[in-house]
Amino acid sequence: MAILEVRNLTHFFGGLRAVFKFDLALQEGEVLGLIGPNGAGKTTVFNLVSGFYHPTEGDICFRGNEIVRLRPHEVTALGMARTFQNIRLWNTLTVFENLCISQHSKLGYGILGTIFRSRGFRTSERCIRKTAEEILDILSLRHYANEYPKNLPYGLQRRIEIGRALAMRPHLLMLDEPAAGMNPGEVDQLIELITWIRDKFQLTIWLIEHHMRVVMNICERIVVLDFGETIAQGTPEEIRQDPRVIQAYLGDADSIDA
Amino acid sequence: MRKYSSHLLYGSFCLLILIAVQENFLNAYLQLIIMFMGVNIILSTSLNLVNGYMGEFSVGHAGFMAVGAYVTSVLNVWLFTSDRVFGPAVLPAGSVIYLFPVTLLMGGIVAALVGLLVAIPSFKTRGDYLAIITLAVNYIVKSAIENIQVIGGARGFMGMRNIVSSMHEVVNVPWVMIWIFAGTGFSVWLIHRFVTSTYGKGIVAVRDDEIAANIMGVNTRRMKMVAFMLSSGLAGIAGGLFAHILGYINPGSFTIMKSTEVMVMVYLGGMGSLSGSVLSAVGFTIILELFRPLQVIKWVAIPLLLILLMLFRPEGLLGHRELTDVFPRLRRIFVPQGKRA
Repeated sequence: MAILEVRNLTHFFGGLRAVFKFDLALQEGEVLGLIGPNGAGKTTVFNLVSGFYHPTEGDICFRGNEIVRLRPHEVTALGMARTFQNIRLWNTLTVFENLCISQHSKLGYGILGTIFRSRGFRTSERCIRKTAEEILDILSLRHYANEYPKNLPYGLQRRIEIGRALAMRPHLLMLDEPAAGMNPGEVDQLIELITWIRDKFQLTIWLIEHHMRVVMNICERIVVLDFGETIAQGTPEEIRQDPRVIQAYLGDADSIDA
Repeated sequence: MRKYSSHLLYGSFCLLILIAVQENFLNAYLQLIIMFMGVNIILSTSLNLVNGYMGEFSVGHAGFMAVGAYVTSVLNVWLFTSDRVFGPAVLPAGSVIYLFPVTLLMGGIVAALVGLLVAIPSFKTRGDYLAIITLAVNYIVKSAIENIQVIGGARGFMGMRNIVSSMHEVVNVPWVMIWIFAGTGFSVWLIHRFVTSTYGKGIVAVRDDEIAANIMGVNTRRMKMVAFMLSSGLAGIAGGLFAHILGYINPGSFTIMKSTEVMVMVYLGGMGSLSGSVLSAVGFTIILELFRPLQVIKWVAIPLLLILLMLFRPEGLLGHRELTDVFPRLRRIFVPQGKRA
């Protein structure tokens, strides 16, 4: 069953056509890669799906809900979590607090509960702390629980960001260039981590990546975007051979000659 | 035990002061300063919620204070005293001793509603809008009061002295000071509970990265409204208490000067630090009094102090930290076991 269905998604920034007639059906439990040259509209697709932009046209259906007009936190509450291309952790909050706050959509209490420390508040806070601690252990971050993210190395920050997304127990995890800026050793760890997370949490994973080793290793299916349009999709093997993909990345054979 | 150590400490401190007042160990001037300290603590901690924890920039705190001050005062004078404008007392004068918190709370609620009116348009976007809008609201509130003749207009509003004396007639204890201690405790307690919960920390996430906060599930618009209403409501309560210290208020007390004073306290104490705001409110009140002999030069010396502070310690006394972080030993007294993570 498709967990996420995108139909005819089109988005304009003023006169610029960022995404055009993008279609996608993401199957439950799948690892899908979204690749394409710089400026192809990959992150825009993510931003449209996560509710940060509202598309000019098109439908997005996530686990049976139409989410096109929802605001980001409402989409998140339905079970979609993501990371960002440029790490966006909350830097004046500790790693542990980062993991707690991302569960905001599951709080189940409000301002009155906060002030009077109601039963709902106490159960919810206990549950939140427990989940955050589990994530700390799973991603071996326990040692850094009380550190501020900005003081930690880059690879670790990426892992914390993935942890923050996992803490909300999503059904769909969207990773925006998780390997960006990582050294080869960190990339290997990341590949291992993503595969492991998928098996452990039974997640559907959708990732944007430039790093071909990551994409070819973990994605079961790849969609290639260029100038906002899907130019190819298929297994890593098929994509590697596809002439349109090679053209999009390397340019025309003619233009190289010239 | 540790869980309540701060409550106990505050309670006994208040009791000590009250006994000292009752036994005439403290003269009227010192009493006045202590009461202003309390009001200033409420103002600075509540503004810190918006300017410090949430990272927005509100510059019209005195406007909300004025709303609370006038609502509470008018309610009290209308309900409990015979007044030329508002007619005879609606309720027996003696009942004011237990209905005072209700009118005080009403003042806070009305101020919070005004806060909501400000929040709805200004939180659609982020940035300098809130500063401009709150600045405007401060002026609107002041001018509105100046032009409503029923409540005295620019001449000011009085009659709260009768309220205080009818409290004294029932039981002769320093009532205003008791209410101020209660209000200060309530305010700090409320904000502490808010900012230590996962719910309340949502506003810190908004400050650090609003887009990330929204995408990671924080209802940013709602959180900003809640925090702003809480902040303006507490400012209203501070206003209600302030009105009963001298028994007289006029719109001139709630100008942009007053707002600036509160902002100075927030920045002095440190953004996002509750204990810092409390300390700086106390310290600033004392400094104001110490510099009183300097007369006009006071307003040269105090801003100069602020400039020096910004040069040498831009994050304030305790920026983003609490007293327990600076002096870890205090944790042994104040932080309950098992909550040190």
